[in-house]
Amino acid sequence: MSAASSSATAAPAPPKVLRVPEHTVEIVSDSGEGAQKCAQIFAAVSAKMGNGVWTVELIPAEIQPPPRVPEGASGNRVRLGEHAVTNWGDRTNLVIAFNEQVLLARHRLDALDDDAVLLVEDKWARDDDPEIVAAWNAAMKELSTRPYRIVPVAMEDECLTIVDNPKKGKNMFALGILARIYDRDMTRIKDQIAHSFRKKSEEVYAQNVSLLELGYHWAEDHIDFRVEIPTHAAEKPLVVMNGNEAIALGAIASGMELCAMYPITPATSVSHLLSEVFEKFGGMVHQAEDEIAACGVAIGASYAGKVAFTVTSGPGLALKTEFLGLAIMTEVPLVLVNVQRGGPSTGLPTKVEQSDLLAALFAATGDAPHIVLAPATIEECFHIMVTARRLAETFRTVVMVLTDANLATGVTPYPKPELDERWQAAPLDLAPVREGQKPYGWNTETGLTQRIIPGQPGGMHTLTGLSHDENSKVAYSSGIHQHSSAMRSRKLAVLQSLLTPPPVYGPAKGDLLIVGWGSTKGAIEEAVDRARAEGIKVSSTHLRFLSPMEPGIKKIFAGFKKVMTVEINYSDEIGDPYVTEENRRRGQLAFLLRASTLVDVDCWTRVPGEPLRPGSILEAIRGRTPRGGAA
Amino acid sequence: MSISCGLLPVLNLDAGEHQYEMSEYEGAKARWCPGCGDHSVLTSVQRLLAAEQLIPDQTMFVSGIGCSSRFPHYLKTYGFHGLHGRALPVATGIKLHRPELNVFVVMGDGDCTSIGAGHWLHAMRYNMDMTVMMLDNGIYGLTKNQTSPTTPQGFKSNTQPKGSWLPPMNPIEIALGVTNASFVAQTAEWAPAHLYATLRAAYHHKGFSFVRILQRCPVFTPLIFQQAVQDPARITLMVHDDGVVAPELNNIYSSQVHHDPRDLAAARAMAEQTEKIHLGVFFKDPSKPRYEETRRVAPHTPAERVALLDKELDRYAV
Ligand SMILES: Cc1ncc(C[n+]2csc(CCOP(=O)(O)OP(=O)(O)O)c2C)c(N)n1
Ligand SMILES: [Mg+2]
Repeated sequence: MSAASSSATAAPAPPKVLRVPEHTVEIVSDSGEGAQKCAQIFAAVSAKMGNGVWTVELIPAEIQPPPRVPEGASGNRVRLGEHAVTNWGDRTNLVIAFNEQVLLARHRLDALDDDAVLLVEDKWARDDDPEIVAAWNAAMKELSTRPYRIVPVAMEDECLTIVDNPKKGKNMFALGILARIYDRDMTRIKDQIAHSFRKKSEEVYAQNVSLLELGYHWAEDHIDFRVEIPTHAAEKPLVVMNGNEAIALGAIASGMELCAMYPITPATSVSHLLSEVFEKFGGMVHQAEDEIAACGVAIGASYAGKVAFTVTSGPGLALKTEFLGLAIMTEVPLVLVNVQRGGPSTGLPTKVEQSDLLAALFAATGDAPHIVLAPATIEECFHIMVTARRLAETFRTVVMVLTDANLATGVTPYPKPELDERWQAAPLDLAPVREGQKPYGWNTETGLTQRIIPGQPGGMHTLTGLSHDENSKVAYSSGIHQHSSAMRSRKLAVLQSLLTPPPVYGPAKGDLLIVGWGSTKGAIEEAVDRARAEGIKVSSTHLRFLSPMEPGIKKIFAGFKKVMTVEINYSDEIGDPYVTEENRRRGQLAFLLRASTLVDVDCWTRVPGEPLRPGSILEAIRGRTPRGGAA
Repeated sequence: MSISCGLLPVLNLDAGEHQYEMSEYEGAKARWCPGCGDHSVLTSVQRLLAAEQLIPDQTMFVSGIGCSSRFPHYLKTYGFHGLHGRALPVATGIKLHRPELNVFVVMGDGDCTSIGAGHWLHAMRYNMDMTVMMLDNGIYGLTKNQTSPTTPQGFKSNTQPKGSWLPPMNPIEIALGVTNASFVAQTAEWAPAHLYATLRAAYHHKGFSFVRILQRCPVFTPLIFQQAVQDPARITLMVHDDGVVAPELNNIYSSQVHHDPRDLAAARAMAEQTEKIHLGVFFKDPSKPRYEETRRVAPHTPAERVALLDKELDRYAV
C-alpha cells in the first residue's frame, strides 16, 4: 500500500498518462449520498464523448441501511471502453468511496483490482468518535492485505471551503475528480448538471458547478496520473438506458396499451417509466391488487382487444401460473416479462440470477406449450417486446420474456431504434365474423387460428379453460383433448420451423462450445475472446428462443468435442459429496439441451448475486479445455 | 337497444331495427341439477337482456369456476369461463380495454368470498360499470359439499362433518364496508319477481353493482333458506323508488321497510340483522368515481404513437 496523501501538494509533477483500452470506475457511498447521480453523469458524458460504457447500480437490499456499514454500500460501477462495452467486467480499477466501510464491502466482494486506486474520504480518520477512528484504522489494515493504492481525500473539508453543508454536493466534487482524471468534457458535464438540477433552482445548479470545478482543480493539484481511453464518434445516433427502460419503451413501440402489474423488484421500474409516459401514447399502467389479478387483468384486456402485458419477477411469476395456463388453454395472447432475481422464495430481490428458466417453461400445470424468449442485451430488451407482441398475436399464446437484474439495471448506449408503424398492433377489427369462422378454427397442419373478439357480430361463444373443441364447446371425449393438445403444441413446432440456427461466435469447430442465454452474452463472448487469445479452441453460441429452441443446435454441437452451458443459476459440481453423474443437478439450460439433443452437455454455473465476470468464465474455460496448443 | 357506456367509434351496431327475443339469448342447454336455483337466475337474466335489448355481441358474461360459473355457456353472448375465484380481474381487464361492452360477472360464494375475496374487495373499490352476481348457495356445489365462508354455522359438510365451526361471513356487511362501493343489493332465487327487479336495478346502476342472490342447492343445501321460503314474514323487503319496487310482491311480503339506498348507516344496520333476511337495495350511490372513466386515455393511431415515441427516445439520446 502506498499512500499518495495530501503531502504531494507541493509542486505537482506532470501527471503520468495511462493509455488503456478500458477502465472500470466505481463510486460508492451510503445510500442517498448522490453517488448514483455522479456516476450517471460521468457515464452519460463518457458515452457522448464516444466511449463504450456499461453502468451497473450497486444496490443494497434495504432502502435505508444504517450509515457506514459494508452492507449499505450503494453506488455504481462504470466500465469504460474504447469500443462498445457489453458487460460489467471483472474488477474495478479506480474507486471513489465516501467512507471506508463501503469501500471495505467492495474489497470483501473481491470487486477491486490489485492495483486499483482507491480515493477515499478520510475525515473518518479524524473523527471525534473513537469508534469511528478505530473502524477506519481496522479497515485500512484489512485493505492493506492487497497492494491497492489508497489515496485519502478530505472531500468534505475541501467542499467546506465553498459550501456550508458538504454532505450535499460531495458527489459533484467527486465528479470533478473523475472529470480531471479521465479528461472528460466539462461543458458536457455542466450541461448534464443543468439537465438534472436547473429544474430545482439556478442556485443549486451554480453550487454544483462550483463543487465540480473544485474537485477538478483538486485533482489537478493532487492526482499524479491521468487515464486516457481512446474515443470513437458513433456512426449512428445512440440512446442510452437500462433494460427495464428498454422493455417499457419497446412495449410502446409494439403498440401494446395496457401494462398490468404488481410492484416487485427488480421489475417495478418498467412500470415506473410507463406510469410516467404511457398515457400520452394512449396506454395505461394498472397496478393490480396482486400478481394474480395483474395477470388476469392483462388476459381480460388481451382477450377483449389488443395484446396486453404484465411484468413481474420470480415470486410474482409463481402466482401468475394458473392464469398462464388459462391463457394458453384459451389461446388468449399475452406477453409476460419476468425480470429474474435470485431465488427461490424472496431470495435475492435486487440481485441477478437466471434460475427461472425451467419455471418459465414448466410452471403452468398440465401440458401448456408457450413461447419463451430471452433478450441478451439491453438493445434486445427494446426490440424483443415488438417480437413478443407479434408472436403472441400470431400464435395466440403466452410469450414470456425473461430478462434479469443485470439487464434491468445495466445502462449502456445502443443505436436509436428506427421505429416502424408496422411494429404497432393493428387497430381493433370488429368486422362480423366470417361465415363458418370458429373460435378455434384450427388449421390442422399448423394449429393456427384467428381469434374472435367480443363486439364482433356473429362471434358469440364462451371461452373456457375446460378442455374444448373448435367451437369452444366443453369437450367430453378424450379424442377432443388429444386433438386440441396437438393443436396447441403444433404451434411451437411451426414457430421453430421459421427460426434460423443461432450464430456461432468463433469457429464452427473446436474443443469447447459455450452455450449461454440472456444477459451473460457479453461476458461470455469477452471470455471466449480472451481464451482464444491464449490459444484455447473455444467458441460460443447464445439462445434467444428457449421455447421453442432455435433449430440446428445439435448440428452446431457436433462441431465441438465438448459443450458446456454458462449460466447464473445453481448446479452441483461433480466431486461434491454425494453428487454423481446420475444425480447431478445441472444448470437449467443444460438440463433442457441434454433433453432435446441427447448430447452430454456440461455446465458451469454460479450464483454470486452479481453478474458473471468474464474473468471467472475464462477460468472455467481453461479448466475445461486442453491448455496451450495455439491454433 | 342500450349500451352501458358512451359509444366508442369502434362499435359495430346491429341493424337498429332488430328486436331480440328472449330465446335469442339462449346458449347451450343448462346442465344444472333439476331444482337448482341457478336456473331461476338464468331466466331472470335472459329476461333482462331481452327487456333491455342488449346486443348479444356487445355483451359479455365473465365467470369463475363452480356450478354457478357455468352460466355464460347457457347464454348466447360473449362469455369467459375462467378460473376459480378470478372472474373479477378478467372482467376488469375487459372493461378497462373495452368500456363500451356490457359486462356481467357471475360467481359462486366460494368463488367470490373465499378464493376470490381479495379481488372482490378491490373490484368493488375500482367501481367499474359491471353487474356482478354472487350466487350464494352457502356451499361448494361443484366440488360436492364442502363448507364455504357463507355456510350457516353448524351445517354439516364433507369437510366439516361435525358442523361448520364458524359463524358465516356476511357478504353484505363486507360489501358495505368497502370504500367506493356504489351498489349493494340482495335478492333471492325463489322470489323471481324480486330477483328480476333487483337485477334490473343493478344493470341500470352505473358502477359496480354487487348483487348477492340467495340460492338453494337442491342437492347439498336444499333447506338452508327453508324458513324464509316457507314463511315470507321472515323476509323484509327494502323498498324505494330508487331501489327495488315490485308491487306484485306486496301480497306475499308484508314486512317492508322504506329504505333510501343513499343511507349507508341504515343499510349497515339492516345488514347486521340476521334474524330477518333483507331483500332489496341496501346501498346505491351513482356519484362514486368509476375506474374505467378515471383511467380513460385518448386513443392514438400507430403513426401518432411512432412520432411521439421517436421524440421520447430522444430524451435518452447520447
Ligand atoms: C384453484 C382452484 N382451487 C380449487 C378448485 C376446485 N373448485 C372448483 S369449484 C369450487 C367451489 C365451488 O363453490 P362455489 O364457488 O360456491 O360455486 P358453486 O359450485 O357452489 O356454484 C372449488 C373449490 C379449482 N377449480 N381451482
Ligand atoms: Mg356455492
